[in-house]
Amino acid sequence: MHPTDFTLAGAVAALEEGAISAEELTRAHVDAMEALNPRLNAFITITPERALSAARASDAKRARGEAGPLEGIPLAIKDLFCTEGVQTTAGSKILEGFIPPYESTVTSQLKRDGAVFLGKANLDEFAMGSSNLTSAYGGVTNPWSRRNDPDVRLVPGGSSGGSAAAVAARMALGATGTDTGGSIRQPAAFCGIAGIKPTYGRCSRFGIVAFASSLDQAGPFARTVEDCAILLRSMAGFDPKDSTSADRPVPDFARACTRSVKGLRIGVPKEYRLDGTPPEIERLWRQGLDWLREAGAEIVDITLPHTKYALPTYYIVAPAEASSNLARYDGVRFGLRVAEKDSDLRDLYERTREAGFGQEVRRRIMIGTYVLSAGYYDAYYLKAQKVRALIARDFTQAFAGVDAIVTPATPSAAFAEGENADDPIKMYLNDVFTVTANLAGLPGLAVPAGLDGQGLPLGLQVIGRPFDEETVFAVGAALERAAGFDALPAIRAGA
Amino acid sequence: MSLDTATVRRVAALARIRLPEDEVARVQGELNGILGWIEQLQAVNTDGVEPMAGGTPEGIAAMPLREDVVTDGGQAAKVLANAPDREGEYFGVPKVVE
Repeated sequence: MHPTDFTLAGAVAALEEGAISAEELTRAHVDAMEALNPRLNAFITITPERALSAARASDAKRARGEAGPLEGIPLAIKDLFCTEGVQTTAGSKILEGFIPPYESTVTSQLKRDGAVFLGKANLDEFAMGSSNLTSAYGGVTNPWSRRNDPDVRLVPGGSSGGSAAAVAARMALGATGTDTGGSIRQPAAFCGIAGIKPTYGRCSRFGIVAFASSLDQAGPFARTVEDCAILLRSMAGFDPKDSTSADRPVPDFARACTRSVKGLRIGVPKEYRLDGTPPEIERLWRQGLDWLREAGAEIVDITLPHTKYALPTYYIVAPAEASSNLARYDGVRFGLRVAEKDSDLRDLYERTREAGFGQEVRRRIMIGTYVLSAGYYDAYYLKAQKVRALIARDFTQAFAGVDAIVTPATPSAAFAEGENADDPIKMYLNDVFTVTANLAGLPGLAVPAGLDGQGLPLGLQVIGRPFDEETVFAVGAALERAAGFDALPAIRAGA
Repeated sequence: MSLDTATVRRVAALARIRLPEDEVARVQGELNGILGWIEQLQAVNTDGVEPMAGGTPEGIAAMPLREDVVTDGGQAAKVLANAPDREGEYFGVPKVVE
């Protein structure tokens, strides 16, 4: 077996048994990355030397009997996580060359547990996008392609497109992502892998470049649900450096993957049946519910009446928070500076931000600035916060009668570069099934469950109660077992 | 509500983003498209609804308080390491006082 074909859990076992060394495992992934990244552009920065030296240190730690739970496991890190001494760009020109002098809490916990970092994965600029095409470092190619049109380059989804592509193409055993409106779940679905956005507060946001602070959450990508569960356990936990991080114990999520779903009540929200959803996605959704019924779960119709207001609410709240968070990029303390010889401070700010931010980021900052400006705050921002409360209440009421909710992950399979590009709102609609979990702060998992007629992966989403990722993993793993998804992308290591 | 070109220029100025004159019309069209779309929220009855201010899910305890004490500091070199311009232990900026 080629070392890039391991699951993460399988690699942990092989390392423990001594069947492979961390250095061999990392070398195989570094080779895959160096061979495939020029085609896929999944990484903005690759750090093969650092990875190999970390792997050797891992082997030494294991020899001393000090192996951590992720000892020697090679991962891709979304380039939104600050990594000490390694360039962190957020996919933006404004942060080109920025070398963080500190490590994000999530990545420091992964390192503490022995993980090896291969490099920094590509993403939409400041995580704003659903295609990875807003990255200042170029788009990412989805390793999957259409059966009847194999030469059309498909997007991996976004914003964590590089993370998803790296894992799908077997350049990494897992990856970190962040999810503000669907940025883990949508690319996971587009690339045929699993990914979870945990409950808001489960993972520390310290050291993650901020987009919309009340919506941003970190989470893992991997090729199996269990592998996501293993990674999340290392990433999660209370951090005094993030005041919104939750001070509660982190369960053994992997164990929850083996739990039976017998007797669980699974909600099916009628508002998620949308006009224009491809019949294949409707069919897969019904199939998923049948699988859970066969496994002993009870399927219950529920209503989430404010669903249709979720995206417009998001497109007030997220840009408002972004306009505030991105005010720090001023060309003074770090990052790009653009000025003319006679520029005053204000001109320096304006030129720097015009040159440093891409079109989508500038657009969202301006929307956010407008909805927060004097005279419009109540009509837009306060109104959106109230509708957000109603969306959250819908879920609270639904969860009084069900243990988890199952929906499609995305309204389509991966689309081609250039599609959905003419109108920003068309692109925003990609997150129609995922954005509600961010607004309500709930955990959501995407699981690959089938293929469309073109041979492209389609995913299902499991949404759970706050801090009940365990039930989400149990339901996700049951779907995964029933689906037996074993299709592979055309572009992958070892192919 | 539709933004006129003067408002578009004002918003860009508030956001400290330079907006060349030949881009005003395009940006105006994009912003109005998005604002027109989010206008549908006005149809929702939110009388008596408390706004949700953060991301913490319903029914979960809010943020904890901690002692108001210094926990960090004394790292001028690290703070300045990425500065595009510096003089000694200060960030360098264009002259702001004549």
